[in-house]
Amino acid sequence: MALPLDGPGLQEPVLIARAGDLVGLGGSDSPLLVRGLTVSYGRKPAVFSVDAEMPAGSMTAIIGPNGAGKSTLLKGALGIVPRLSGEIRVFGQPFAAARHRVAYVPQRAGVDWDFPARVIDVVLMGLYREIGPLRFAGRRHRQTALACLERVGMADFAMRQIGQLSGGQQQRVFLARALAQNADLYLLDEPFAGVDAATERAIVGVLQALKDDRKTVVCVHHDLSTVTDYFDRVLLINLRKVAEGPVGEAFTAEALQATYGGRLSRDHIEDLALAG
Amino acid sequence: MGADFVQLSLTPIVIGTLACIACALPGNFLLLRRQALIGDAISHVVLPGIVVAFLITGTITAWPMMLGAAGAAIIAVGLIELIRRLGRIEPGAAMGVVFTTLFAAGVLILEMTDTSGVHLDVEHALHGNLESLVWFDATGWGSLLDGQALAGLPPQVLRLAVVTAAMALFIVLLWRELTIATFDTVFARSMGIATRAVGFALVVATAVAAVAAFDAVGSIIVIAMFICPPAAARLMTNHLPHQVLWSVVFAVLSAVLGYVLAGYGPGWIGHSHAVSAAGMIATVSGAILALACLFGPERRRTGQAAEGA
Repeated sequence: MALPLDGPGLQEPVLIARAGDLVGLGGSDSPLLVRGLTVSYGRKPAVFSVDAEMPAGSMTAIIGPNGAGKSTLLKGALGIVPRLSGEIRVFGQPFAAARHRVAYVPQRAGVDWDFPARVIDVVLMGLYREIGPLRFAGRRHRQTALACLERVGMADFAMRQIGQLSGGQQQRVFLARALAQNADLYLLDEPFAGVDAATERAIVGVLQALKDDRKTVVCVHHDLSTVTDYFDRVLLINLRKVAEGPVGEAFTAEALQATYGGRLSRDHIEDLALAG
Repeated sequence: MGADFVQLSLTPIVIGTLACIACALPGNFLLLRRQALIGDAISHVVLPGIVVAFLITGTITAWPMMLGAAGAAIIAVGLIELIRRLGRIEPGAAMGVVFTTLFAAGVLILEMTDTSGVHLDVEHALHGNLESLVWFDATGWGSLLDGQALAGLPPQVLRLAVVTAAMALFIVLLWRELTIATFDTVFARSMGIATRAVGFALVVATAVAAVAAFDAVGSIIVIAMFICPPAAARLMTNHLPHQVLWSVVFAVLSAVLGYVLAGYGPGWIGHSHAVSAAGMIATVSGAILALACLFGPERRRTGQAAEGA
């Protein structure tokens, strides 16, 4: 289905109507089910009628060129940006009802790291719901936060000001905050962007441990060369969904060319040792 | 320091201190959200608000003034948002346009209005009337225990005490929502925190503080207190609760030191006339910020944040 999105004649109402062509949500209780998701900034859609389904215990990379709508897909699913159309089910429920089972790690670059907070304060933000309204963190919460920092190898930094951390350390603190949420579905926006090799190994280790624990992990991911090592599923998008499935089936040269629109060199694709 | 001090200086100092704390508390979060100019904007538009309230009611009693100022603040915030979206200009410029225009309109309306019978002029709007808020019924420190004398306290004392307590309560009760929404808005939304409502509540709190403080101390102090104590406090610590406490310390220091210097300082260097307390309090707060910039322990950032800057 090729839609001329910029062409004349395709006005907004048509756009919305087509995007809203829903497929039944049929009683699925998979960790994340996306049907016909369309998100638009202004008049131009950033994500158009995307379907996706993440099985429990899977680890999926969302892949696509810059501006393909990868981050927007996550934000639309989480209700952080308004959806133009589409349905989201998290463990078979609307997102608001299953919010406590979801942890989200936004892009590290999106926050002000000069904010007056210590590492442990950031991790305690992940315990917001557990602590409850009108209350403050107690000793038990601080111990939980420290244990999460331990898992990402940052326990020694608990009392540091966050601005004193390197980029990789900041990313690990964000991951620790997500761990503190003790969720079943983890959505991470570019967790490997601009981090050192040691941090990348630490993060992959934590994510794979989550997967072994039957948790579901979804990462917006940029580095095509590590996809087959780190992930077991891929979702290729460029405004629309191009392909989705196990790495062995969906991560093909053909699908990548379709996703990147010829912007990848043939050599690069051959280096990736792809399926198919 | 005897009866004279209690009668003439105690209440202005208390009122000035309360006003400074009430503005500095929400100022901490305005500063971290890079919205410090909102405080500036609101304190300017208070003037047209009270002038219009006076035109409608014909009195300058507290409640119509407060309502007029609050209404103007809401209109200003709406206008800023409108101009930012329609004009596609940066928020700082939108605020600058709105508050100068509304303040100027307030001055014009004031000039065209007959306010000779009441105490309402541009000077009052800028400086307030801190020095005139004396406690006539006081005869000495003992009056603090004398119910009849206490009844004669300027009404601003109680009003600002209530507003300051409300600011403290607002920040304590919404502490985690304010910090999470300020530090990481998208994460806050994913957790179900209504970030827009939190932002709106902060603007409302700012407006309440500005309006309550404005009447007693004028807009110079209000503008200075939203920014200077929190900015100086940020340079003293990297821990937000400590920052808020430091901002209160600096607010109190500015108010007390500023009032004393304005009242007695000129005498020490041989001048006979006291200078404007509001002006001196704002100046002291600026001097504290300057000192914090030079000597504050956390004025230099290290690590990723500094590299990026």
